Amino acid sequence: MSATATHVRPRRTRGTGLGLAAWVLGIVFFLPIAWMALTSFHSEPDAAKNPPSFGAALTLDGYREFFGTGGGASPWPAIVNSTVASVVSTLCVLLLALPAAYALSVRPVRKWTDVLFFFLSTKMLPVVAGLLPIYLFAKNTGMLDNIWLLVILYTSMNLPIAVWMMQSFLAEVPVAVIEAAQIDGARLPTVLTRVVAPIALPGIAATALICFIFSWNELLFARVLTGVVAETAPVFLTGFITSQGLFLAKVCAASLVVSLPVLAAGFAAQDKLVQGLSLGAVK
Amino acid sequence: MTATTTARVAAPPVHTLRRPSARLRAWATRGPLLPALIFMIVVTQLPFVATLVISFFDWNALYPKARRFTGLGNYLDVLTDADLRHSVWTTILLTVTVVLVSLVLGLVLALLLDRRFRGRGIVRTLLIAPFLVVPVAAALLWKHVLYNPEYGLLNGLLHYVGGPQPDWISTTPLLAVEASLVWQWTPFMMLILLAGLQSRDHQQIEAARVDGANDWQVFRHLTLPHLRRYLELGALLGSIYIVQNFDAVFTLTSGGLGTANLPYTVYQSFYQAHENGLASAAGVLVVIGSIVIATFALRVVSSLFREEGSR
Repeated sequence: MSATATHVRPRRTRGTGLGLAAWVLGIVFFLPIAWMALTSFHSEPDAAKNPPSFGAALTLDGYREFFGTGGGASPWPAIVNSTVASVVSTLCVLLLALPAAYALSVRPVRKWTDVLFFFLSTKMLPVVAGLLPIYLFAKNTGMLDNIWLLVILYTSMNLPIAVWMMQSFLAEVPVAVIEAAQIDGARLPTVLTRVVAPIALPGIAATALICFIFSWNELLFARVLTGVVAETAPVFLTGFITSQGLFLAKVCAASLVVSLPVLAAGFAAQDKLVQGLSLGAVK
Repeated sequence: MTATTTARVAAPPVHTLRRPSARLRAWATRGPLLPALIFMIVVTQLPFVATLVISFFDWNALYPKARRFTGLGNYLDVLTDADLRHSVWTTILLTVTVVLVSLVLGLVLALLLDRRFRGRGIVRTLLIAPFLVVPVAAALLWKHVLYNPEYGLLNGLLHYVGGPQPDWISTTPLLAVEASLVWQWTPFMMLILLAGLQSRDHQQIEAARVDGANDWQVFRHLTLPHLRRYLELGALLGSIYIVQNFDAVFTLTSGGLGTANLPYTVYQSFYQAHENGLASAAGVLVVIGSIVIATFALRVVSSLFREEGSR
């Protein structure tokens, strides 16, 4: 250990400089979020000061305002809607994607790469490509402003990513291990629960978290297809687009609260995030 | 385009035995795939076909009786209307700028993070955070907390050095949207490029160093060629997402000040102007643009896929 450390030493000073540069850039990128967090705990007059008041007294007024205790619409229905849409659609995705990924990796069907690439190509079809017919369909069948329509759409939005990710996670399960279990007389359910699941589980969890993030973030479908009843959290946030007097602390509190689940899910899935975002192409 | 990607894969040994029930077995392996496949076709392909059909009709939802077939009329309108043509141009400009700038920044950050230093994990976490802010919230953050001419942080910091106090969104609207998107997408590029850097052949680099190659030579002749496909992948996936961007344009400028891109225009022309036919034609144009990008993207993904998946 110490031997390798002395080996690197000649380039150490420059290494420190570059490490410092990384720190500076990291802080610059994080600064808007840190400032948003700090402002959310300021009173409205302090939040709107120029030059900015870094050391102003802290208060929870922004959060109280956002949660509607000071009058105004409560964000809770929107947060509940977002939770339902994200969680249920993620469960649907898992339900559909797991068998599909199994048929594409552990026991591949013929031409399985073609099928895999069909899934990917649907992801490249932009949302606006089908938005109008979906809107007209919803309008004519009375499905407008219905959270379950969003559940279906979010499932279709995330299914390709999930199939790709899980395909690559299941492919990491060595075929030899599965065969060995079968030779020992294990039946398919046993093989799946005892052999495949333990190896693939972290990947499946990461897939679920990434699907959750994408559903939680979605705005265009939600904006067009929901109204008062099925409004999601991002749609609720669009209410803050036009300024309403002194409301900066409230906006910061709102943005932070709505982003918290995504930040939590993202950090939990950090290690597998790249693989998910690059549709499994990068490991 | 998918036909070219078929990789030759040895069938698992279980399959090689041909039995009378071979057909049944084939369906048993295919079975688990069908629900997902059918679901995707119904929910994504059918609506697009409908969009395609509607795009050939002159159809304003407020005058449903006046609906009639116009052939390519809507496409001509989209391409000749000054506003709509401008939105095509805005879409291209927005996508190219955001992708290129975040790719370069992402590369710099990935190179910095690829080396060992104190607190690397923390810096990585700080850098990923912007990508994990809900897009609408991020746009609100930029609009009100950073850009606001009276109490925004940017002008607040400028105040300290006695600088000017510009109204960022009014004076440079497109740049304002681009900056907020670059902030969100740089972490994405960084993550992909970092994965690329970490998959380099370290023995090869060590050998080059022994032969007297300096840092720049290693970067230019070993790292960059290796990263090429990761750069392509980042650029293409980034393009696919940013071409479709709606949240930032909608929140920061509401499509005003010449920042309306195609997705916003599609939204506006059917949701506010009720021009169903026109909106569909614009939507089809977005799809054509995406297919061009997607064709390249699929090729890059499949080459990476074959390399990493050759097990």
